[in-house]
Amino acid sequence: MLATLKRLMAAASDSPDSCADDIEPINATSDPKLAARLYRTMLLIRRFEERVYRLFLEGEIPGTLHQYQGQEAVAAGVCDVLGERDWITSTHRPHGHALAKGVSPRAAMAELYGKATGCCRGKGGSMHLGDPAVGMLPAIAIVAGGNSVVSGIGLAMKLSGDDRVAVCFFGEGATNEGAFHEGLNFAAVQRLPIVFACENNLYGASTAFSAVSLVKDVADRARAYGVPSRIVDGMDVLAVRAATAEAVAACRGRKGPTLLEFKTYRFTGHSRSDARGYRSSEEEQAWQSRDPLTLLAPALSGPERDGIDADVNAEIDDAVEFARNSRFPEPAEAFSDVYA
Amino acid sequence: MTSMPERASGSRRLTIAEALRAAIAEELRADERVFLIGEDIGVEGGFGGAFGVYSGLAEEFGHDRIIDTPISEKAIAGAAIGAAVLGMRPIADMQYSDFLFECMDEIVNQAAKLRYMSGGTVSVPLVMRAPVGASRRGAQHGQSPESYFIHVPGVKVVAPSDAYHAKGILKSAIRDDNPVIVFEHKLLYGSKGREVAVGLDLTTEVPEGDYTVPIGRAVIKRPGRDVSIVATHVSLYRSLAAAEQLAAEGIDCEVIDPLTLSPLDNETIFASVNRTGRLVIVHEDTLTGGWGAEVAARVADECLLSLEGPIKRVASFDVPAPAAPVLEDAVLPSVERIATAVRALVNS
Repeated sequence: MLATLKRLMAAASDSPDSCADDIEPINATSDPKLAARLYRTMLLIRRFEERVYRLFLEGEIPGTLHQYQGQEAVAAGVCDVLGERDWITSTHRPHGHALAKGVSPRAAMAELYGKATGCCRGKGGSMHLGDPAVGMLPAIAIVAGGNSVVSGIGLAMKLSGDDRVAVCFFGEGATNEGAFHEGLNFAAVQRLPIVFACENNLYGASTAFSAVSLVKDVADRARAYGVPSRIVDGMDVLAVRAATAEAVAACRGRKGPTLLEFKTYRFTGHSRSDARGYRSSEEEQAWQSRDPLTLLAPALSGPERDGIDADVNAEIDDAVEFARNSRFPEPAEAFSDVYA
Repeated sequence: MTSMPERASGSRRLTIAEALRAAIAEELRADERVFLIGEDIGVEGGFGGAFGVYSGLAEEFGHDRIIDTPISEKAIAGAAIGAAVLGMRPIADMQYSDFLFECMDEIVNQAAKLRYMSGGTVSVPLVMRAPVGASRRGAQHGQSPESYFIHVPGVKVVAPSDAYHAKGILKSAIRDDNPVIVFEHKLLYGSKGREVAVGLDLTTEVPEGDYTVPIGRAVIKRPGRDVSIVATHVSLYRSLAAAEQLAAEGIDCEVIDPLTLSPLDNETIFASVNRTGRLVIVHEDTLTGGWGAEVAARVADECLLSLEGPIKRVASFDVPAPAAPVLEDAVLPSVERIATAVRALVNS
């Protein structure tokens, strides 16, 4: 399976330093607390998404879902470096980002249920999770929408003279939008404290990146704007964390933005109606063999993992109970918050 | 923090451009959260924005507060939105309102909706300045696109037409906690506008120091008994000129400057129509789906029994703005077309 993945990734990258050569099971970290923390965040996202999927099929959760299974290492690794006063922007696939940045499972779950206790009081829904209190702009579900807005978050941080940092999450598909280019160039010339965190999961909805870009690596596009960039194994949470720590340090040191391209894979379809006919089961299995949870597992003991699992399941149970027992917004609440 | 309103110590006659500059400079001095961002606004040896409104501001406030950008409207709008969410009060310059279409996503999907879809946990206190108007520049530098934005809940739309109200309402816009788009007419900025304003003096007395004009309140520019005319920008001055002509014929027009197009001051307009029984709406935007249609619908809803005739709209014809002066003049609402519409209505 590993050989298959190496072949697939080599075909999908022009970069000699792409992760195709680095793909090995990750080493146990020397910091067991860090490993446990990252494992817990990733598992929380995984179990949250699994439960949400079931509740959606059972008709309890309305709307649609864009799920994050497979990409957990990116949200967990990036947000682990950030403090509460740092901000992130997110996308139509925001569940993992929200949980990793500190939106509680209760507030996130209640929002998916359309309850008044949700992080957006039921007005945002799945695609707009966020909470300024934890440094997360309500997720922007227009592809690359966050890439222009994040420049203002970074600008306000720069003007205030402190060392806060903004991270913009986006997919490889966003890099064909004008907002990606305008936002990146503006951040570059203004030397804004922004980490552009591209989650390259190979497909924009059903369309392979290779079909819509002759440049195989998003990282190459950053070079066109004088922005340093790196390709990172997005399934290796420790690699994600290390690369982010470096980029964040550059921001805090007033060195300007960095673009990180995380090679990753979503284990589910684009949205709930997607049967994934556009990709091979060989490819899916190859990526699943590098499940970010499996890769980090050796860093923890069996009992430790079981403990975290039980803990996380209890937290999800609690979130579901909270969401179920919360009230729906009054219909009249549809008319508030249009204007401040 | 904004300063307490101080008594105006005096006043002087200013053009709209000078009044806007005074408003921006005063707000920059009073509130450190305010900054200006856009193309060609503070470049040394440049021109202080496309219409000179910002001349001298970079020298006083420096390049951290007068921020020149690449030609990237999406980035400008995005930067304003993001900074506003973090508590700043940006003024984003769009050079020409035609360029707003470059950042429709940022305005319509982001600025207008972030407060709502966050359940009221964030606000977006930003101002966009967007010059409108046919001015012999053709189809892509001469539109009046205010109407697109009155359709968007979450955005406020103002359209001042004289120096006093321009200064006061721009200050209100900067202090407002919502996105406000300020549409000004290019031909009304300076004293040269006198010609298009059919000889009317465009400078007005403008108090020195702080005062505000509220958003959402219309102004009756000329009281009258027979017909209500609602108009903005150059069309407002043409309506006033038409009113003068018609007065000689014994037709007494009331001319209303709505000043804010969203939220519209229904009360002032309804009260006027209930008095006069007749309504003519004049705007430079093209006819179909223009803001005049919204005013007409509201008046039809609320004042039908007061109306003595149909509601008339005088607007640019439904074609792109042509460049040749003779063609542009054929498309725009002229004094003659306004007067003809009023006469037909009164004599019907």
